[in-house]
Amino acid sequence: MKITPLIGLEVHVELETKSKMFCGCPADHFGKAPNTQTCPVCLGLPGALPVPNKKAVESCLKIGLALNCSINRLSKFDRKQYFYPDLAKGYQISQYDQPFCSEGFLNLDSGKKIGIERVHQEEDTGKLQHTVLNGKKITLVDFNRSGVPLVEIVSKPDMASSAEAKEYLKKIHEIIRTIGVSSADMEKGQMRLEPTINVCIENEGGIHYTPLVEIKNINSFNFAVQAIEFEIKRQVEEYENTGTEKSLTNKTTRGYDSVKKVTFLQRTKEEAKDYRYFPEPDIPPFIIEDDFVEKIRKELPLLPDQEISSLEKLGVEKKDAKVLVSTQNRLAIQIIHDYSRDDRVDPRKLASLIVNGKLDPSKDTKAQYDSLTKVGITDKSVLTAIVQKIIDTNPNVVAEYKKGKTNVVGFFIGQAMKETKGTASPLILSELVTKLLNS
Amino acid sequence: MKQLHELTIKEVHEGYRNRIFSCVDLVKHFLSRIDKYNPKLNIFLARNQHALEQAAVIDKEIAEKGIDRELLGIPMAIKDNFLTVGISTTASSNILKGYMPQYESTVTGKLLAAGAIFLGKTNMDSFAHGSSTETSDFGPTHNPWNPDKLPGGSSGGSAAAISAQLVTAALGSETAGSIRQPVAWCGVTGFKPTYGRAGRYGCIAMASSTDSPGPIAKTVEDVAIITKVISGKDPFDATTSSLDVENYPSFLGKTDLKGLRIGLVKEYLLPDMRDDVKKLILDSAEKFRSLGATVEEVSLMDPKYAIGVYTVVQRSEVSSNLARFDGIRFGHTRDSFGEETKRRIMLGTYTLSSGYYDAYYKKAQAVRTKMIDQFAEIFKTYDAVIGAVSPGPALSLGATKNQPMFGEMEDILVEQSSVAGLTSAGVPCGFVDGLPIGLQITCDQFQEAKALTIADCYQRNTAFNQFPDIDKTL
Repeated sequence: MKITPLIGLEVHVELETKSKMFCGCPADHFGKAPNTQTCPVCLGLPGALPVPNKKAVESCLKIGLALNCSINRLSKFDRKQYFYPDLAKGYQISQYDQPFCSEGFLNLDSGKKIGIERVHQEEDTGKLQHTVLNGKKITLVDFNRSGVPLVEIVSKPDMASSAEAKEYLKKIHEIIRTIGVSSADMEKGQMRLEPTINVCIENEGGIHYTPLVEIKNINSFNFAVQAIEFEIKRQVEEYENTGTEKSLTNKTTRGYDSVKKVTFLQRTKEEAKDYRYFPEPDIPPFIIEDDFVEKIRKELPLLPDQEISSLEKLGVEKKDAKVLVSTQNRLAIQIIHDYSRDDRVDPRKLASLIVNGKLDPSKDTKAQYDSLTKVGITDKSVLTAIVQKIIDTNPNVVAEYKKGKTNVVGFFIGQAMKETKGTASPLILSELVTKLLNS
Repeated sequence: MKQLHELTIKEVHEGYRNRIFSCVDLVKHFLSRIDKYNPKLNIFLARNQHALEQAAVIDKEIAEKGIDRELLGIPMAIKDNFLTVGISTTASSNILKGYMPQYESTVTGKLLAAGAIFLGKTNMDSFAHGSSTETSDFGPTHNPWNPDKLPGGSSGGSAAAISAQLVTAALGSETAGSIRQPVAWCGVTGFKPTYGRAGRYGCIAMASSTDSPGPIAKTVEDVAIITKVISGKDPFDATTSSLDVENYPSFLGKTDLKGLRIGLVKEYLLPDMRDDVKKLILDSAEKFRSLGATVEEVSLMDPKYAIGVYTVVQRSEVSSNLARFDGIRFGHTRDSFGEETKRRIMLGTYTLSSGYYDAYYKKAQAVRTKMIDQFAEIFKTYDAVIGAVSPGPALSLGATKNQPMFGEMEDILVEQSSVAGLTSAGVPCGFVDGLPIGLQITCDQFQEAKALTIADCYQRNTAFNQFPDIDKTL
């Protein structure tokens, strides 16, 4: 029996624009007093209308371009309708059949291409707060988050393991941070993950697919990995027990319990909502001209993979380049590029010294580099000869050593250092001195 | 000499300038008329409690600076779907009973900035769902020409307020006929600007893709003045146009219409239309000829298709727009929605449902595009098209009972131009059975100046712009 998981990911990213998606309220809602950043638009008051935030749309296009998507010349917003107390208007403004960006890809380090189906723009909802007031269980609504711009990145089900999913997520995270549209802070909920999983099982009976399962709202890479692994196992077991295969009607939605480390059923397709999408009549469709797309493309910084390969071209080892890029060590990367034109500096060594914490790129790089990379006498036979010569010319000190004054070893090392103009390794010298004195 | 309530905007300003009367005098005069006639007509849902104080402030301004604002001291009635700070706004629905708006709508804000003074909010079909003002949760408005008749709708309160002369001017809104139809039934003048000409921010949404705020007043000149004030790019409404607003009143006063080509829409002379109504429309065509215009028959898609398109698109948008009245906020639960509103929510929810969307909504939009194209073709040759606004004069109270498609049947002749987002004037063109009949003069998008020019010339050269003697009719 051969088992191949098919994993797709929906990633929601909250953009760090100055104002919300459709009104002028501040988008930065984290830790703010409830309902202090609201207006008629994001409260869904009667008569209020959405006006799209141009910066947010540009950020969405940037994400799409960074993920090699094509930008659709004609796009529009749609209303996604459902009832929930945190959804002020009774619908979320999203994009249904004409998203800003579609058909992109992202390369894993193995070279495997993960397809990106679409990157679209939408708005966040308010937040419910369940609490007890005067002994009564109540639910409060905070609309500060209502209308904060969100971008949804939908991959194709091209990942075959939790490891691939994790690598994909990390790369998305790095790209988002690199292009500067969001800090994508998982703890603040700025990046939320929803894996969709099923498993392809090949046995004597042929090829079988287990029913699709979507896992909602995961807020850490590790939980995503755990949930995916749990779900693969669960689905294989379920298939072995029931033989149920994927159909058009048996997709389910599950949650992930990070304490028990299990997924649990939330709703079946029969209970699934009909969102009654239709074009948002309050916002005219968008015509995005090529010139504009090119302008946005030019604003993009080097992406993580491009940055890694540009460092590799300078001779930096891939593992070091990855560390520098993933930790967003902009200064180090800049310095490595700057010194790559200096023949006396080896970028590979410089990068390694920085990554290993030996060289602090915020201080005088050249001085640190020189002292750390001084070419000393490393030939042991040469050093042996130097040490032997010092021993021979200092018989009285040797005599003291023989009497038990072992600290005179320091004298010989010091002399040898002087002789080698400080280029020899004190460690090797110490070893040699002890050995020769005892011979 | 004219009485205070009979004056147009310019005449009011003349009176102020010549110190014949003050703004306080005028407001007092109207308030006493409202006190006297409103109980019989049920036009006002809420009154501005500060109207007299505001009038006093305006008098002071006039004394100090003269009249340098277009609507300074003009008493107006506002349809109850426009949010007005300090005056409750309900859209004639129980679900918003007692609702005090948190902000001012764009167009009422512009009217206030131009110096207008609001006397109160006018009755309408609940959430503008109708053409009778009979679906209001607060009782029907009565037609000043005959209180047993409907005023039309949904801006029935505003049209009746002009007809009964309880204010100088009024604000309405049209989604498909909601200005032109009540204006026709009440025998007054109304104007529907192009969709996107005046901002919708703060106007409680009915069908977002066709809602258009517009004025109702005594004359074409007055509606032109108000249209100029309320038009223009609204930074809070992404569907408004940034095209410059023309100085509409400056185009008026033409003595003839030489060189203009007017299309008389053949299909708008419905087969079952009363002969006397048809005759009035043909007479108006003749009038335009005598004013020097070329009038020819033109053909449009059978208006019955507009009903289908409009019903599907509008119900779909309604079902979505009313979702925000979720019973959690605004103080009332969803069972406070009236019957007509519930019907529309259900139909719209159905037409947007998965599997039906393509069959209904998408198809309706495709036909809508065809209508737009057809109008575009006609406007290559013609400056305007004309036809009756409504198939007949005002119907009796109770006519909407068990008639869920009442509004659509009454608006059959104006829905096409609404779904195409055109601009159109509604002016009185005669009487049958002692009730007024309205003519629509419809022009291409953003041809407000042209529509107003033609309507103004017609109005000045006809004698149909009359007001009922409500002491007799009521």
